Formats: sequence, C-alpha cells, structure tokens
Amino acid sequence: MDNPNEAKDFFDKPENISKMLKVFYVLCALLVAADFIVHRHVYHEWENIPAFYAIYGFVGCVILVLVAKEMRKILMRGEDYYDE
Amino acid sequence: MNSLMMLPPFIPLLVGALAAIFLRGPLRSVLMLLTPIWGALQLWGMEPGVYWAFEFMGYALEPVRVDKLSLMFGYLFHLASFIAVIYSLHLKDTVQHVAGLSYAASAVGAVFAGDLLTLFVFWEALALTSVFLIWARRTDKAFSSGMRYLIIQVLSGVMLLAGTLALLGSGKDLRFGYIGLEHEGLASVGAWLIFLAFGIKCAFPFVHNWLTDSYPEATPTGTIFLASFTTKVAVYAFARGYPGTELLVWIGGTMACFPIFFAVIENDLRRVLAYSMINQIGFMVVGIGIGTSLALNGAVAHAFNDVIFKGLLMMTMGSVLHMTGKMNGSDLGGLYKTMPKTTILCIVGAASISAFPLFSGFVSKSMIMSAAISEGYNVIWLLLLFAAAGVFHHAGIKIPYFAFFAHDSGIRVSDPPKNMLIAMAIAATLCILIGSFPAQTVYSLLPWESEYQPYDLTHVLTQLQLLFFSALAFVWLNLRNMYPPELRSTNLDADWFYRKLAPTFILRIAASVNGVYQRQEQAAISGVKALIRKSYDTETGQPKGYFSKLWPTETMVAWVAILLASYLMLYYV
Repeated sequence: MDNPNEAKDFFDKPENISKMLKVFYVLCALLVAADFIVHRHVYHEWENIPAFYAIYGFVGCVILVLVAKEMRKILMRGEDYYDE
Repeated sequence: MNSLMMLPPFIPLLVGALAAIFLRGPLRSVLMLLTPIWGALQLWGMEPGVYWAFEFMGYALEPVRVDKLSLMFGYLFHLASFIAVIYSLHLKDTVQHVAGLSYAASAVGAVFAGDLLTLFVFWEALALTSVFLIWARRTDKAFSSGMRYLIIQVLSGVMLLAGTLALLGSGKDLRFGYIGLEHEGLASVGAWLIFLAFGIKCAFPFVHNWLTDSYPEATPTGTIFLASFTTKVAVYAFARGYPGTELLVWIGGTMACFPIFFAVIENDLRRVLAYSMINQIGFMVVGIGIGTSLALNGAVAHAFNDVIFKGLLMMTMGSVLHMTGKMNGSDLGGLYKTMPKTTILCIVGAASISAFPLFSGFVSKSMIMSAAISEGYNVIWLLLLFAAAGVFHHAGIKIPYFAFFAHDSGIRVSDPPKNMLIAMAIAATLCILIGSFPAQTVYSLLPWESEYQPYDLTHVLTQLQLLFFSALAFVWLNLRNMYPPELRSTNLDADWFYRKLAPTFILRIAASVNGVYQRQEQAAISGVKALIRKSYDTETGQPKGYFSKLWPTETMVAWVAILLASYLMLYYV
C-alpha cells in the first residue's frame, strides 16, 4: 500500500494528527467553558444541567456505537446472504 | 407572462425527456439543461390558483393547482433536476436521461395536482419512470432490486387509488386538501389507505426497505434523481393532507432514530446515506405531525435543504463509485490525496447534513426542534437531539472519513469529470448560501406565516457543543479501538421478511406439496409394478394366470366355448 516514492501527505504524519487533535480538545474545552460564562436561553428544565448538550452528544454517540456493535451479533450475515 | 404561453408545470421537463429520446450530442445536452430553467421561469410567472379544471365522468378534476406549498416544491424539483442533469451530462446512456427527466416531470406533476386522481396518475408515473434508473446499472442485483422497488411503489399507488375511491364512495369530492384521520365508516378506511400509501413512499418504519435496498443499487447518476423526488413528494403529500396528525410525530421520531444504528454498521457508503435519508425524513415527518406553522415551515424547509445536501453527498459518493468502481467502506480510504476537490465538497455536504451553523441543515433542523419543545413534546425533542448527534456521527464523520481518509487503500484515481464537479460545486454553494443567508433564500419561499431567528447565541452554542462532543465520542472510540470496523456484510432489516422468510416459507410449502405428489405417484407406479410382478412366475419363466399361459388362439377357443355355453343356457331360461 505505501509507495516509498510518494511524498508523505499532511495526514500521513502522526505528529500532524496529534496536533489537530490537541486543537480539537481545546475547542471542546472552550465550548464547555462558554456554557458557564454565557447566559443561554433555557426552554426546558433539563437544559439547566451544566454542559447538557455536550454530555448528551458524547454519551448519546457512545451508546449509539456500542448498541450498533451489539446489533452486529444478531443482524450481520455474509455479503451474499440474499443471493444464496 | 402571457397566459396563452403558459403550459402545465410538468411539460418543460417532459419536453426535455423527449429531446433526450430524439436528439444526440451537444444539442441534447443543451436542451436538457435548458428545460429545468424554462420550467422554473414558467413557475415564476404563475399566479396562485386552479388551472385547466375540467369534468371527467361527472367528477371535477383540477390537474394544476398553484399555491405557495406547491410552488416551493416546484422550484425545488426544478433546481434538483438541473443539478442532476449537469451531473449526468457525461453519460451517453439514453435510458437514464429519458428516465431521469420524465421522473422529474412526474414529481412536478404530483406536487401541482389539485385532485387525488391526478395525484394518483403522477404517483404511479413516479414509480414507472424511476425504476429504469435502477435497472440502468445493468446488473442482476440491480434488476431484482428494481423489481422489488417497482412492486412496492405500485402497491402504494394502488392503495392511493383504493383510498380515493373509498373517499368518493363516502360522499367526499376528489379535491386534494386536508384529509386527516378523523373520519367514520368508509371515509375512515379511505383516509387510512391514503395515509399508508403516502407512508410507503415516505419510507415509514417496516416499509422503508425499498429505499435502502434499491438506491444503492442504482447507477451513480441515477441515485441523484432518486434521492431528490419520491420521498419528497411523499413529504409534500403529508404536509398537504395530514398536517397536525399526532401519529406522525411518533412515526417521525422512530424514523429519525432507528436508521442511525444501521448506518453505523453498514459498509456500502451509499446505503449509509440511504439510511440517513430516512433519518432526515423523520425530522420532516415530526414537523408535519406537530402541525404548527413553525413546524410545518421547518419540515418543508428541511425537505428543500435535504434534497440539496443529500444530493451533494450522494454525488460525491457517486463520483467515488464512478472513478474507483468501489463503494464499500472496507475497500476505500485515502482518496483525499488524489480527489481533493471531491473531498472538500463532501465535507461541505457533511457539515450541512450535520446542521453546523452557517450550513443549510442548521436553519431548518432547529426550526423543527424548537417547535417540538415549544409544543411540549419532550421525549420527541430528546429523540431528535439524539438523532441530530447520530447523523453527525454516521453521515457527517463516517462518510468522509472512510471514503477519503482512514487507512490508505492505495487507490489513486483523479477527481471526476468536470460536469460532475460543477454539479457538486453548485450544490455545495447552495448549502452555504442557504445556511448563511436563510432569510433571503429558502425562508422567503416558506408557505406559512411565522417568524423564526435561527442565529442566536443559544442555538449556535448548544448546537456546537452537541456536534463537537459527538465528534469527541468518535475520536475517543477510534483511539481506544472500540469503533466497529467496516466489514463486508449484509445486515438484516425488515426486508428479511420478504427477501428470506417469505421465499423460504413458499419454497417449503412448494417442496412439501411436491413431495406429497411424488410419493403418491411413486406409490401408484410401484403398485402397478407389484401387480405385474405377482402375476409372473420367474422360476418357470411363465405368467401365473391361467389364461396368460395359453396361446391367444387357445384363449379365444376357451372364450367362444364359454360364450356358446352361456347362450345355450339363456336359450333354455
């Protein structure tokens, strides 16, 4: 797969990836910090929970992926399942 | 515009389809490009009202009714067909050009239909024209998938007709306006039949598999047409016939949530998009079910945006398929190196469907969410929030990540032909324009009166928190190797019932009937054989019966003797 003649691209270098991830983590932290500084409108009482949206997004997606992984055990068949 | 010059709205696109039949080369391309523009300009000149009304067998028909709702979808369908035509200009396949434009014409005809009979005609035309876009792939898989698609779509049409007749029978007229589910007797049967007919085309849960089955089997260009029209006509039909029907809120909530689980484990990236289409339609159905003017506006605005951003995503995946011949996440990756333009366009589509601020999905999705919370649908609001996070996860991250980044597949193909790039660039520009200037673009077309300001601090901040932390979940799961890898597989869904269970069931019955028949036949044959065997003595090599031992002349003499003897007896009696 790796062609030695090919110049390494931006995303091929692990140090670039880790830099990007660090920027991303800082942005996440800033968004949570903003929750305590900015007064946002609250339409529903659950929204009073600090960083409600951040927690909901993170937990929701982890559950989504883990449940989907379990679904594979029941639902996954071979690629030609319907052609057999 | 001069009223003499005016034509029914579906005519220009139909002319485009006819041009594609008879013309070749640049002239065909020019005419195909001009017809959507001509059609849209014509709509611009049409005043709201009913046109060409006439009586047919005593029923008042309104083949063309123009109002703000139908106009909005009319513009949308012309825009979508314009983009799809550009995207498919490089093709020499007449079947696809003709099918694509006549399919678009049917969709336009359906949204301007003022009565249920006209709607039925275009409803069936949608099915009959679009199936050729699936068959045009010319593989066995595409053929059988297209067959299943056609059967289900035609079934929906038959239910629409049956429902229409039931409504007529209960004394209602043919006008297609608010129908609702609150009827009694025959009218109730009719209203439910029409509801289900719309529901099939709208990909309701358990009848959604025609979509996930057939769209990924269609040609790279055909899918762009397919993704734009059928389901959006159904959304339009619900917005017209069943606004404020509470059942729709719950159906829509289900539609928004369950497909994202399938999308996470699906390998075929166009099938991932097909699941995410159901998820987006779920948002629209919730909006229609809530039925306030904000919710309805949100639903139709979201339909408008979805056609463009889902079209864009489908186009980028179509480009990948066109250039590499592969569509499975497990076979792709690292394409950004040689397809940089497609990569960027895909990311714009991904940002739009994920509803990032300044991209088109943001303005319409937040309208529906706000309507849900202000009408007190708390559970639905939580479900939609989960679905919004989930769609970012599978459509926003998974699609670009597994196609263009992830592990390097070693595939080195260039960006697609220019016409495909132009079509994608137009869609991407629209996504950003609509997202950044909603008031000047899509909001000005909205049919109902309501004020909404998507860009305030609360909405932007909360949406960014939701999306960034969904992305954080993806990063965390990936770094810990907990993210499910792309695997070559088929995932069972509701279509298992008619693709596996029913055929197996029928095969079993057929096999057992056949078995019984063969056993009977065998028994009869062996009975006859046993009879023959019993009457033959193998040791002496002679038959066992007395008469069989004699020569035919001897037998005859014996019978003549018996005959004469009985004659003599009778004579005396």
